[in-house]
Amino acid sequence: MSDADDSNPIQEPLDLVRLSLDEHVFVKLRGDRELRGRLHAYDSHCNLVLGEVEETIYVVNDDEDDDSVKTIKNNSEMLFVRGDSVVLISPQSQS
Amino acid sequence: MLFFSFFKTLVDHEVTIELKNDLLIRGTLKSVDQFLNIKLDEIHVVDEARYPHLSAVKSVFIRGSVVRYVHLPANAVDTALLEDATRREASNAAAARTR
Repeated sequence: MSDADDSNPIQEPLDLVRLSLDEHVFVKLRGDRELRGRLHAYDSHCNLVLGEVEETIYVVNDDEDDDSVKTIKNNSEMLFVRGDSVVLISPQSQS
Repeated sequence: MLFFSFFKTLVDHEVTIELKNDLLIRGTLKSVDQFLNIKLDEIHVVDEARYPHLSAVKSVFIRGSVVRYVHLPANAVDTALLEDATRREASNAAAARTR
């Protein structure tokens, strides 16, 4: 690898996350959960701190003849997310 | 180390910890270690009717690995400082790899 200062573009996967600092991101988690919020911090374990977060939980109905999916939404002003639950982090352009 | 230092700045603040078994515990953050194990004082379970097991417990140690989220007070977090610290940690990690 050559030099790895801040001016360099993406050299490794987490650099994509670094470029999303203070931007809106979409985070997919284990257990059918998703988060949308502003990324304030991350580390190499994918531990995160997000601000103005909206959490969406997908719950499948238990009824035999009805397998529709219910969504539950929660909001949090500031949230630490432990990295072992994180599946993916994606930059989001919208709002 | 970034989040260890970050949580140390939040000692004595009220936080709500959401565990991977969906239990929500609110309490005062008393200490944290490098594994992000957490000690909480003056706790109460958020949905006590559904989870009555801890209603007599005042203080808990939570193993870091069972935590899903920690809900933080936004006014206790300096987001600009946090972003700078994250960039510093990322470039330190990159420098360590090229050595």
